[in-house]
Amino acid sequence: MPVTLLRETPSQTAGPYVHIGLVPSAAGIQMRTQENLHVVAGPQTEGEPIKLEVNLWDGTGAPITDATIELWQADGKGRYRHPLDPKANEIAADFRGFGRAVSDLKSGYYVFETVKPGQVAGPNGEKMAPHVAIALFARGINIHLNTRIYFSDEEANASDPILKMVPPHRRETLIAERKPGEGTAVYSIDIHLQGEQETVFFDV
Amino acid sequence: MTDQASRIAAGPLPGGRNDLGAFPRGFQPRDRDLQPAAYFPDYKSTVARSPQQALLSVPQTMSEITGPVFGHGDLDPLDNDLIRNAQVDGEPIGERAIVHGRVMDQEGRGIPNTLVEVWQANAGGRYRHKTEDYIAPLDPNFAGCGRMITDEHGYYHFRTIRPGPYPWRNYRNSWRPAHIHFSLFGPAFATRMITQMYFEGDPLIPICPIVNCVSDKKGVEALTALLDMTANTPHDCLAYRFDIVLRGPRQTFFENRPEGL
Repeated sequence: MPVTLLRETPSQTAGPYVHIGLVPSAAGIQMRTQENLHVVAGPQTEGEPIKLEVNLWDGTGAPITDATIELWQADGKGRYRHPLDPKANEIAADFRGFGRAVSDLKSGYYVFETVKPGQVAGPNGEKMAPHVAIALFARGINIHLNTRIYFSDEEANASDPILKMVPPHRRETLIAERKPGEGTAVYSIDIHLQGEQETVFFDV
Repeated sequence: MTDQASRIAAGPLPGGRNDLGAFPRGFQPRDRDLQPAAYFPDYKSTVARSPQQALLSVPQTMSEITGPVFGHGDLDPLDNDLIRNAQVDGEPIGERAIVHGRVMDQEGRGIPNTLVEVWQANAGGRYRHKTEDYIAPLDPNFAGCGRMITDEHGYYHFRTIRPGPYPWRNYRNSWRPAHIHFSLFGPAFATRMITQMYFEGDPLIPICPIVNCVSDKKGVEALTALLDMTANTPHDCLAYRFDIVLRGPRQTFFENRPEGL
């Protein structure tokens, strides 16, 4: 008899009314209306302030209007707000590191206000390119989808140990494009759940 | 209401949370045979929302073995009392219920200080949501939204109204069993989990396409809360017990530990 562990509780879809529990004001409930969970960083946070836009699409080409996208990232110096990061106590007070975005329930547009993360250690201690970790929840998604978003203007992408594991023709599905223009930098990415441009999803 | 957003952002790491020695090297792999498949055509919404390519297995890095930490300062005192947290002019309608249990890892150790978020329909099966149009009435005194943080042993509890079943547009005559949605974090982004809790004895459980996305009968049992007469409040509330298991730590006794991890 091999050694066994307890089994992880099975996942179930977050369903179409996920907002009630995770972002109640988006459902129309007058609770926690002060929480702006899509704002990940404030003015004191180290790093370049950016807007990160995600457009989310299903396999028919329709926008997904009822999802919740969660983001987890390091600050501009590559520090995670977590006890395992020895530099966590150096992080600016207004950097949350965690974000949660919903759409207006009509479009598939999701946006985070954050900073561009710094580099953090990868699987063998080498630096990974700046990236954010993403978890995607929605009706029709039985277990949340994990992916990453990288940034188009980073030379480090070429040597990133995780990107290098992705077949070359699919790497661009993980890279947000920096939009031209003045003011706060804007990066934009399309996440496709299916189709020729299907985003790479990870089993982490 | 206090400015919870700023407290989440500004709060120091809660005391006692640095003892994560049990999680230095990542987490057990997800059992993809137990977890529901992405594509399950009986649940029609999965057809256009399931990736067609295989998931790419990647090593866990700092980006996965860390995750958000929430503290009691992030919560309001009524956040775990759904009977009272949206009252306007009286008590909400329906069966008063306590739901409680333990959040633990795969070795049965309680996971302390982790955020649990719940949401649900009211007693008539109606969700309070902009896009919901089921004929059952809203309850002016019930929102169906709650959250709490586990205690030092991983236990949580909340009080609510038992939700009703409701029809949904899958097949012509599809009904969801009564359920409560649960959102869990655990110690890392890799342990994140959203699931649903069902009630023991509900005849809609075995015929629900969403439930049946979990093909393993024991997996469905794990999602089914048991009546707990030991935790009732007499003349007030029935109680239900629902334990949750999140991914446990991976043992790597002789693995090299690269710098930075």
